[in-house]
Amino acid sequence: MRPFTYERPADVRSAVAAAAGRPDAAYLGGGTNLVDLMRLGVATPRTLVDVTRISSRAIEETGGGLLIGAGVRNGDLAADPLVRRAQPLLARAVLEGASGQIRNMATVAGNLLQRTRCPYFQDVTKPCNKRLPGSGCPARTGDHRNLAILGHSEHCVATHPSDMAVALAALDALVHVEGPGGARTVPMPGLHRLPGDEPDRDTVLAPGELITAVEVPHLPFAARSRYRKVRDRASFAFAVVSVAAALDVAGGVVRDCRIALGGVAHAPWRAEAAEAALRGAAATPEEFARAADAELARSSPLPRNAFKAPLLRNVLVRTLTDLAEPAGFAESEPVETP
Amino acid sequence: MRVSLTVNGRHRTADDVWEGESLLYVLRERLGLPGSKNACEQGECGSCTVYLDGLPVCACLVAAGQAESREVRTVEGLAGDGRLDPVQEAFTECGAVQCGFCTPGLVVQAHDLLNRTPRPTDAQIREALAGNLCRCTGYEKILDAVRLAATRKAATP
Ligand SMILES: Cc1cc2nc3c(=O)[nH]c(=O)nc-3n(C[C@H](O)[C@H](O)[C@H](O)COP(=O)(O)OP(=O)(O)OC[C@H]3O[C@@H](n4cnc5c(N)ncnc54)[C@H](O)[C@@H]3O)c2cc1C
Ligand code: SF4
Repeated sequence: MRPFTYERPADVRSAVAAAAGRPDAAYLGGGTNLVDLMRLGVATPRTLVDVTRISSRAIEETGGGLLIGAGVRNGDLAADPLVRRAQPLLARAVLEGASGQIRNMATVAGNLLQRTRCPYFQDVTKPCNKRLPGSGCPARTGDHRNLAILGHSEHCVATHPSDMAVALAALDALVHVEGPGGARTVPMPGLHRLPGDEPDRDTVLAPGELITAVEVPHLPFAARSRYRKVRDRASFAFAVVSVAAALDVAGGVVRDCRIALGGVAHAPWRAEAAEAALRGAAATPEEFARAADAELARSSPLPRNAFKAPLLRNVLVRTLTDLAEPAGFAESEPVETP
Repeated sequence: MRVSLTVNGRHRTADDVWEGESLLYVLRERLGLPGSKNACEQGECGSCTVYLDGLPVCACLVAAGQAESREVRTVEGLAGDGRLDPVQEAFTECGAVQCGFCTPGLVVQAHDLLNRTPRPTDAQIREALAGNLCRCTGYEKILDAVRLAATRKAATP
C-alpha cells in the first residue's frame, strides 16, 4: 500500500477544503471498498480524508420524502422502520448486498461510489482503461461473464456493482453534494456515467465533491415494489442481474411504473423503454414480456455474457407479474433477517 | 500515529501505528490479541469479525485510524467469569471446529445473531452467517452449534 496521510476534519466545510485542489486525496467512508482497493494497489491516494464522523447518520422524513444522511450505515438503512415502511424496495436492495459485517461498516455515500468488480480492474498486473486510461480493455475479449450488456463502449464493459444504487435509480433519488464550488444536487439515474471514451470516470462528480445526503421522493405506489437479484449463490454475491421495480395497477391496466436494472451496465440502468411500453398497457405477462423486449432491443451482449439477456427478461417479467398479483407478491417475499 | 481505543472493556493505546495498518493488524500484532484471524483480507471470509461499537464488522477492512476512540470487542472478550460464552461452548460440544481458522469470526457473528434474534430459524442463521466462509465446509455442525446455543441461552434467563 502506498504511504498516505490520514485526516479527520472537524466538519463538512473543512473536509471539502482538505480535498480541494488535491486530485490525490480521497474521502474515506466505511472503507470496505477503498481500503481493499488501496491494499490491492488499485487506489493510491496520498491523503485520506475520513468523513465518517462528520457525515450525517440521520434518516428524516421531509415533506416530499426521505432524507438519508451520507454516513448512514447500510445495515441501519435497511433496518430503519421509516425506510421499510416508506421505501421497502430500497431497504430490500440494501439487505441483498454484501454481508452483515460489511453492511455494518459501509456508508450510503461509499456504497454509491464503490468501484466496479471487473477482475482486470482489480488486478494491477493487467491493463485496464478504467484504472490506467489508454492501456486497453482485456475484458472485451477475456472474462466478461459478469460484465455489461447495455450501454458499454469499446473502451470499457464494466458494470456498477451496487444494489442500493439500482433501487435509488428506480426511485428518482437526488444526491446532495457539497464541493469546492458550492452545494448542488445530482439526480439518479444520472450520477453514474456510461463509460464512453472516459471509462476512468465512474460518475459526474467533480474532484473533491463530497456526498452529504440522498433524498428519496415519496412514491405513492411504493408498497407495490420489489428488488429481485440473481446471483451465483444464495447470498453474499454481487448481482448477475437484478431488477428494481414498482408498479401501479388499476383495473388491470398499468397506470405508472418504475424500473431499474442492475448488473448489466456501467451505471444503474433505468429501463425507460420498458417503462414507456408499460404505461397504459394491460398488466399481463404478455405485455410485461413486450416491455422487457423493448428494453433489451437496446442491448449488445458480449460472447460470454449473452445469457444475461434472456435471464434479465425472465427476471423482469416474473417480478412484474408478481407485483401485478397481490397473492403471488406476498408468497414470493424472500427470507427476512433482522 | 497513536491509536487509542477500548478493547474488551480495557483502554488500550498503540503507538507508531502506520496509517495503512488495519484494525485487525493492530489487534493481532500490537495488542497481543491473535483470536481474530487474518485470512482473505478482502471482507469476503469473515474470519476477522469483531464488534466495533457493538456491531460486527470485518476488522481487515477497518483502517487503524477509523478505530480511534471506539469500542472493540474481540472473540477473546466473549467469555466471562472463567466460563465460555454459550456460543463458544456449543461450538466445542458440536464439533463445529475443524481447522479452526474461521471459528473466531463465526463465534462473534453467531453471538451477535443470538443477541438480536434469540430463536432464529435455519434460514435466518444461514443468512446471518453468509459473510463467514468455512473452507473445511463444516457448515452442518456450525448450524448445529448455533441451534444448540440458542436453545441453551433461551433456557438460562
Ligand atoms: C466481500 C464484499 C461483498 C460485497 N457485496 C456487495 C453486494 O452484493 N452488493 C453491493 O451493492 N455491494 C457489495 N459490496 C460493496 C459494499 O456495498 C461497498 O464496499 C460499500 O457500500 C462501500 O461503502 P463504504 O462506506 O465502505 O465506502 P468506502 O470504501 O469508504 O468508499 C468507497 C468510495 O466512495 C468514496 N466516498 C466515500 N464517502 C464519500 C462521500 N461522502 N463523498 C464522496 N465520496 C465518498 C471513497 O472515496 C471511495 O472512492 C461488497 C463488498 C465486499 C467487501
Ligand atoms: S471492462 Fe472496464 S474495468 Fe474491466 S478491464 Fe475493461 S476497462 Fe477495465
